[in-house]
Amino acid sequence: MSTETKPDIAIDRSVGDFSYDVDYAYDAGVGLTEATINYISDVKGDPEWIRQFRLDAYKKFLEKPMPTNWASRDLENIIFENIRYYLAQGQQPKRSWDDVPEEVKRTFERLGIPEQERKFLAGVEAQFDSEAAYSNIKAAVGEQGVIFVGSTEGLHKHPEIFRKWFGKVIPTGDNKFSALNSAVFSGGSFIYVPPGVKVKHPLQAYFRINAESFGQFERTLIIADEGSEVMYMEGCTAPKFETATLHSAVVELVALKGAKIQYITVQNWSPNVFNLVTKRGLAMEDAEVKWIDCNIGSRLTMKYPGVVMKGRRARGEVISIALAGDGQHQDTGAKMIHAADETTSNIVSKSISLGSGRATYRGMVHVPRHLKGCKNNTECDALLINSHSRTDTYPAITVRGQGNACQHEASVSQISEEQIFYMQQRGIPEGAAMSLAVNGFVNDLVQQFPMEYSVELKRLIELEMEGSVG
Amino acid sequence: MIATMTPEKHSAGWPAWFTDEQARAAAEYEALPAPTRRDEAWRFADLKAVSTDGFVEAGDASDPAALVVASTGVPAPAARLVFANNRLVHSDVAGLPAGVIVKPLEQAAREHPEIFREFFMAQPVELGSAKFAALHRAKVHTGAFVHVPAGIRLEAPVEIFHWVEGERASIFPHTLVVCGNNSSAGVVDHFRSADGAPACACAVNDLHLSPGAALTYAAVQDWSPETLAFHLNSTVVDRDARATNLAANFGGRFVRGESLSRLVGEGSRSEMFSINPLGGTRQIDQRTLQDHAAPNASSDLLYLNSLDGASRSIFAGLIKVQTGAHRTDAYQKVRNLILSDEAEANSMPGLEILADDVRCTHGATSGEISEDELFYLAARGIPRDLGRRLIVNGFFQTLLERLGDPALREWLSASIARRMGV
Repeated sequence: MSTETKPDIAIDRSVGDFSYDVDYAYDAGVGLTEATINYISDVKGDPEWIRQFRLDAYKKFLEKPMPTNWASRDLENIIFENIRYYLAQGQQPKRSWDDVPEEVKRTFERLGIPEQERKFLAGVEAQFDSEAAYSNIKAAVGEQGVIFVGSTEGLHKHPEIFRKWFGKVIPTGDNKFSALNSAVFSGGSFIYVPPGVKVKHPLQAYFRINAESFGQFERTLIIADEGSEVMYMEGCTAPKFETATLHSAVVELVALKGAKIQYITVQNWSPNVFNLVTKRGLAMEDAEVKWIDCNIGSRLTMKYPGVVMKGRRARGEVISIALAGDGQHQDTGAKMIHAADETTSNIVSKSISLGSGRATYRGMVHVPRHLKGCKNNTECDALLINSHSRTDTYPAITVRGQGNACQHEASVSQISEEQIFYMQQRGIPEGAAMSLAVNGFVNDLVQQFPMEYSVELKRLIELEMEGSVG
Repeated sequence: MIATMTPEKHSAGWPAWFTDEQARAAAEYEALPAPTRRDEAWRFADLKAVSTDGFVEAGDASDPAALVVASTGVPAPAARLVFANNRLVHSDVAGLPAGVIVKPLEQAAREHPEIFREFFMAQPVELGSAKFAALHRAKVHTGAFVHVPAGIRLEAPVEIFHWVEGERASIFPHTLVVCGNNSSAGVVDHFRSADGAPACACAVNDLHLSPGAALTYAAVQDWSPETLAFHLNSTVVDRDARATNLAANFGGRFVRGESLSRLVGEGSRSEMFSINPLGGTRQIDQRTLQDHAAPNASSDLLYLNSLDGASRSIFAGLIKVQTGAHRTDAYQKVRNLILSDEAEANSMPGLEILADDVRCTHGATSGEISEDELFYLAARGIPRDLGRRLIVNGFFQTLLERLGDPALREWLSASIARRMGV
């Protein structure tokens, strides 16, 4: 079956499956101690409050237990002392393409970044390991007063905005991995959109991991001021390595009164990566935060994008697609914290489990006492492809007081034999028919992605489906 | 641990091997840790409310004869046992068809040791209360043993009454039902308080359905509002058998209910229902498992909570489809009707699916009475308060339609309507 479908796939599977030798200019060595953190702070020229922030976070990281009372025991396979916590190619993000080192360029070229650049993208912030090695903001965006820089640059150049919100949406001690990120973060984006500015083009950053046993700990902070709108896209590919790598990002979004933020992720780490990410948005009055999250790669992903609806009529939304292939566990979901009247939230999650893959939905919806007119709708659908595939759903919904409405629905099914039969009758081989059916299953969600992402996504799904039936 | 007042009574009537087992269970209870906040099986639970400290084993009831008179339920039951404070005080089994056994547990342990040993607390406790199950095993004095042999149909239900009386008294009600091949029966457990004193009940019921058997089981819990109660159920359903289990919780300060249905034979079916009208500061904490271990089995869960006052509910349900349990059809739904600003509903409907050819669905809703419905009733001259009670009554009555046993259905329907004052 698989051999029949292969020629139809237009994607070169080896893309993203490579690495070049790079001389790492700064290397904090293996393992994590206070000395490592001081080293990172020295190299990055952190202000004193950031150094203290890191050291406090390190203590919290040590104190916090692993969440294995509810999460996968696979977490126990992370050997923290074998991981490199800081690795940087250079200190300042490069401004022009010519300044980018040749080796790094080769990596980017394989990822197709220059083409992307030539297209309509407003700005590309490509992250090569810990430091942003290439950063270019289109003049138009800059003219509008939009700040789109690396997190290090953001904290040095715009401390008045940065410090006000940094670590406020996700407290350091939120969980063990947010504490770890807070201790060793480097890289990631800082975006500020001034009041009333609607950024027409999506802002985009590419992330890569390119060193064995090297964890990437980027930190992104996006602030959309009153009445502004911004869309941010994050996509990742990573080379394959023998030993597990750890990726633990923290992403904080702040949508002030009437602002809208859309954050789009396509995660396609190689299957040895632990991807343990904390993402949360704060939505003030009439503001909207929307997470569109697609997880295809990694060994274990644990990611539950959240929205704290702090202002009246704020809105939160999570659209989640997860594809768990052989040996993968996609443990994804959403958190919706209603903290003001008439706030509304919507969660739509679709997952596909293939081979020995396991897809888990974990959700939390919280409506505290004395709020009125809060509404949540949650839908999770899971599709199982093979007899040894697995899917789980673990939502938790707390509603206090009357005057609110929450509904949760979930279903698990498989592709109907009639659908496959129908397509086979019309000459479509079984593998291709399965692929079509899976794409149909997620189609309404894929539509919500920007066009080039939805095309890429459909291809990635086809690629993953390859050889899974027959 | 609950202090033993009368140790000598403990061994009365039990075979020696069982009292040895009880000693082991007591040690196990001591060794097992109390639930903690990090324990997923106790997520959201008010752990302070769960403490069994300060309770004593119940002494003799002051007026057992009066309790027997008050032990009324479904009209014309097939048999009736009345327990008060861990003692059998009445037994009426004369009308049972030949071969059907309804007798105290300790007598069954002596007279039918092989059946007893095979089925007594044979299922592992998977939903969090292993410690309280060990307490029950260590402390159980007596209980009901119901055995319906192959092919026998019981037309009316067997009724069992468990009473508790006295300040800080604790009781350990037990009901073990074993249904033979193609048999059919109904069993109703009534849990009642003789007074309003704080009490502790740690109850276990185990239901075993052999191939082709049909059982309707109802636990109608009416403890005093000061009672701490644990109700641990397991139901094992074999090939083509059909179990219906209803838990109606009308009383109790804190009630922890665990219900586990294991579908071990092809074509088996388990229905799990619960009716929980809550008010005051009452709390109910229910954990369920629909464990599909065989192909072509189906399960259906519907739990209804109405929450008034500052009451609180927790529902954590799991549908687990094991490898190879293909063509499973499982459904799970919890509905919370929130009637006040102080009430709180927590829902955790879960799925764990390890087989691919399945249909599993779950849903959870939390909402309030719609203004439109109240307006509709008001327009027809029904005052707002009565209108609310009518709607809550209707909310629960819809579930009763799913009960197979008409006598039980009618009795429960009247019982709910009476409590709602409609």
